[in-house]
Amino acid sequence: MGMTRPRLVCQLAALLVFVLTGAVSAQAPARFGIGRPATPQEIARLDIDVMPDGTGLPPGRGTPAEGAAIYASKCAACHGKTGREGPNDVLVGREPREGFPFAQNPRLAHTIGNYWPYATTVFDYVRRAMPPMAPGSLTDDEVYALTAFLLNANELVANDAVVDRSTLPAVKMPAREHFVPDTRDQTARKPRP
Amino acid sequence: MKVSRRDLLAGAAGAVAVGATARGQAPADPSKVRGKPPRATGQRASAEKVQRIVRGATSSGTPHQDLMGIITPSDLHFERHHGGVPDIDPAAYSLLIHGMVDRPTVFTLADLKRFPSVSRIHFLECSGNLGRTAGPKTTPGQLAGLTSTSEWTGVPLATLLTEVGAQASATWLLAEGTDAAVLTRSVPMSKALDDALIAYGQNGEPIRPEQGYPARLFLPGWEGNTSVKWLRRIEVSDKPFMTREETSKYTEPFANGTSRMFSFRMDARSLITYPAYPVTLEHGWVEINGIAWSGAGKIQRVDVSTDGGKTWSAARLQEPVLSLAHTRFRHLWNWTGGEAVIMSRAVDETGYVQPTRAALLEQRGPGTTGYHLNPITGWIVQASGAVIYKEEAWG
Repeated sequence: MGMTRPRLVCQLAALLVFVLTGAVSAQAPARFGIGRPATPQEIARLDIDVMPDGTGLPPGRGTPAEGAAIYASKCAACHGKTGREGPNDVLVGREPREGFPFAQNPRLAHTIGNYWPYATTVFDYVRRAMPPMAPGSLTDDEVYALTAFLLNANELVANDAVVDRSTLPAVKMPAREHFVPDTRDQTARKPRP
Repeated sequence: MKVSRRDLLAGAAGAVAVGATARGQAPADPSKVRGKPPRATGQRASAEKVQRIVRGATSSGTPHQDLMGIITPSDLHFERHHGGVPDIDPAAYSLLIHGMVDRPTVFTLADLKRFPSVSRIHFLECSGNLGRTAGPKTTPGQLAGLTSTSEWTGVPLATLLTEVGAQASATWLLAEGTDAAVLTRSVPMSKALDDALIAYGQNGEPIRPEQGYPARLFLPGWEGNTSVKWLRRIEVSDKPFMTREETSKYTEPFANGTSRMFSFRMDARSLITYPAYPVTLEHGWVEINGIAWSGAGKIQRVDVSTDGGKTWSAARLQEPVLSLAHTRFRHLWNWTGGEAVIMSRAVDETGYVQPTRAALLEQRGPGTTGYHLNPITGWIVQASGAVIYKEEAWG
């Protein structure tokens, strides 16, 4: 298609604008050189997350018996004497033993034993956020002990289990096979030009 | 600046007028009283009592019934937090980016503001934004107040990930807040490199504390929980982290015995904000209006029904219709009396149609969690003109 005269004028004008503004508006660099290198120490201080394969779990250990005492003094007021009574989240309970009828049953509590897909998440969450009025105040051994107590109350580890960085990732959670990633297209349409 | 004696006197008179207004006593003829002097920050007219709807210790909703247009005033933006609103010294604030990056880096707030910035108008919606057990005396803000729209300003996360040299094999990142919940969510790198922002501005000023001061992650169109506030750390990885929020919470059981996780996008929805409870109508012309939004892009159409869903007609959309932002719709209706049920239904640019409650219930089941529920809702205009929420049982 041949170029019309007005269109040619437009393009020349656009070129002129480009040349003029190019003098003051530089191309963005690959890097700006802003920020300072993070030291290994400050990364270690903040890097508290724990992954399902155990990455991030610290040294330390705990047992259900040790955890029961901590639970009674620091957790039971919100989660109930045995973890089933509330008033806040119900933590303990394997019912129903068969199936995954959460969509059908509005009264079914989502507990660690029947709904949480990864045991490592218990350690990660308790360490970062519990107890709510003194978050981050538990020692790693205390968090291991509480994790052991909660997993044992949910019949997921034995009474004499030792929970540590090697045993925790191996705990099999019944709900895990029921979780599926969203298959919808998650991307948004771009604004139209 | 030269200040005359006359200005000073006028200022003193203005101060008296301020006192009168504060007591709710506007002069009978404002044109006969010298007005107020300038002041350092503005305030709402004293007669306007608009407030957020505080629900328990962890959230407050936007009072949509009191608002107009598409921008939510910053002090009325909804809030939702899991460990309270932290008090953060902006001078001490920093963001650490590490993990699968070539250069682990700490950015101060001043550093973040040195990067090229962008401003975009987007809605932000909590994924648990439906009062499922709402009764007749429910306002729009009580029903769906956990969505708000602001102009957000910040640095594209892609810019920062380039700056630190995020590795090509990275597929996920962890975003972590410095609130008392030290809240964490895993975010796919595809979103981080697409339109994610590290936002520090909201409607032209620094982000409010309830919205993540001094800096937050902002993921346009995605469930609010993923836009981690008070952001202190980003760890780049090749796996999701399976945090408590993305496993035991913010997942949706389905009737087929699965639970959906990483359900990020907010689907299209609309909400009539007028007329709605507690309004009482008079016979005659009514401009039905409300907001519609979609996490998939622009709102293409909003249908309005005034006969309980038997017939629908397309509402007028207020320009500009922005992608991933509230869109105001308006529909003229002549109410001649008698009971009527008014409803709205959003359609977005992908063709997605806001579902009925029955359709959602069939897919999700009566026991499902309250996340990602976007049913068509309605208001009953009673013969008396009183407007109440059209209550519907969930399951």
